[in-house]
Amino acid sequence: MLSEKQVQQIASLARIHLNPNDISFLQKDLEKILDYIDQLNNLDVKDIEPTSHVLPLKNVFRDDVLKESLDQNTALSIAVEKKNGSFKVPKIIE
Amino acid sequence: MNQLKQEFETVIGLEVHLQLNTATKIFCGCANVFGDDPNTNTCPVCLGLPGTLPVLNKQALFSSIKIGLALNCQINPYIKFDRKNYYYPDLPKGYQISQFDLPVAWDGHIDISVGNGQKKTIRIKRAHMEEDAGKLIHDNNADCSLVDYNRTGTPLMEIVTEPDLRFSQEAYDYLHILKLTLQYLNISDCDMEKGSLRCDANISIRPKGQTTLGTKTELKNMNSFKAVKAALEYEEKRHRKVILDGGQISQETLLWDENRQRTLTMRTKEDAHDYRYFSEPDLVPFVVDEKAIQDIKNSLPENPDEKLERFIRDYELSSYDAGILVADLSLANFFEDCAKMYPDTKKICNWINGALLQELNARKLNLKDIDLSVNDFIAIIKKVDGNILSNLAAKDALRYVIDTGKSTEEIIKEKGLAQVSDEGSLLVVIDEVIKENETVVQEIKSGKESAIGFLIGQAMRKTKGKANPKKVGDLIKQKLL
Repeated sequence: MLSEKQVQQIASLARIHLNPNDISFLQKDLEKILDYIDQLNNLDVKDIEPTSHVLPLKNVFRDDVLKESLDQNTALSIAVEKKNGSFKVPKIIE
Repeated sequence: MNQLKQEFETVIGLEVHLQLNTATKIFCGCANVFGDDPNTNTCPVCLGLPGTLPVLNKQALFSSIKIGLALNCQINPYIKFDRKNYYYPDLPKGYQISQFDLPVAWDGHIDISVGNGQKKTIRIKRAHMEEDAGKLIHDNNADCSLVDYNRTGTPLMEIVTEPDLRFSQEAYDYLHILKLTLQYLNISDCDMEKGSLRCDANISIRPKGQTTLGTKTELKNMNSFKAVKAALEYEEKRHRKVILDGGQISQETLLWDENRQRTLTMRTKEDAHDYRYFSEPDLVPFVVDEKAIQDIKNSLPENPDEKLERFIRDYELSSYDAGILVADLSLANFFEDCAKMYPDTKKICNWINGALLQELNARKLNLKDIDLSVNDFIAIIKKVDGNILSNLAAKDALRYVIDTGKSTEEIIKEKGLAQVSDEGSLLVVIDEVIKENETVVQEIKSGKESAIGFLIGQAMRKTKGKANPKKVGDLIKQKLL
């Protein structure tokens, strides 16, 4: 069983605010998902080559050729807030 | 064991991030340049907009393989990318495309000098490709930070050593050799000030003889090789004191504060990121066959060691002189261009390592920062050979040529630097000198020839250094002896 703390950790990684009442429900729900995935462990994969991609494709490149970029205004049109040609975000201090 | 008497060994590993100098970004066609107005080199791909797909820049992969080969690495025949997930405003997608388990290059090494002609091998654990994040500007006056996404998607190579370094000086030397090796490949600016080369360090200490590693701290935010060395020295002392005081080092990430010359906690182990790496589904794998790797290997330019040997052999330079030239690729190239135009390579080398470096050091500039043509430089040397410039005047000429960008000929005329060798005008001056220094003249006539030097000096003074001293000496001798 997933602990309450683990559920909170997952929520925090996903930047989701959890209502404390939802935690026990999510514990069970996430547990079910993990059990479902665990079925994969029952498969015999010893003759199957590991793969990182489902498509039979490789080496899709682009040449190092310049394309037009968005102008500053267009780029900033998706910004919630902007200032001095930049995206304005809440103060971040490392 | 009495810890106070215990001797410690320092263990250091370095991570270098290098921006590649491709024309465009790693996964889109936006310009890869430094210093443009903020957010003018972005597109839906590097802004991480939904529905866009990254496509790998072929040149970025080739440059990365070059780096791997130059660092004596194995090149992975099968290359894939992975997502490193974290939330930060400089990362518009919420993940960085990087490489996790199959880096493009691994298991390499480079040698550093450790004195007495001894070399030490520093192993390279891995070198992998990834994309750079945007640039965050912290506005101290306002309660906000500003993000510029121009840098987002700049191709990066992260080069990681094994923990083979034992002293801060070794770390410093490693960085110099690494930078030089990379500069020779012409795949990056390698400019720390512009952030195209950045370095993080891991450090731990352990009792001498112990084989397991002590708890490490990770150091960030060093803006020069000197700062890396200072931060490592600070941290080494801090570790030692904590342990000798009976405490324990806690695993954390620290920021180097250049102004206060100390480290500050950035995050502790508890806050460590959980990056949840997984294979990047938007990029297919890349397979580089043996022949392609061999072709790249054959196309690698001469490395610093090879150039050093060749300079000593072909140009008959001392290893000290050749070492100075080779330590700066633009200087080495300048020397070779000069050698094509002028036969005395030793003389060229003396002028470069002497007068030219003096001018550059005085300006705190590198050769590539100034506009000095091989023609003008060789012209100065030839003017000295032809007795048109004295050594002193030649140095002045070089300084003016660098400052004004005018040709050597123009400068000599404009500044009146040419030596006076014409007998008629020199004799006028010499006659004056002889008249004004009768006692010395008597001494010379009675056999004290060394006093001629004094008269030459007087003549030089009268001509403000422009007289050809050899000619003056000859003329005085003719007159008096």
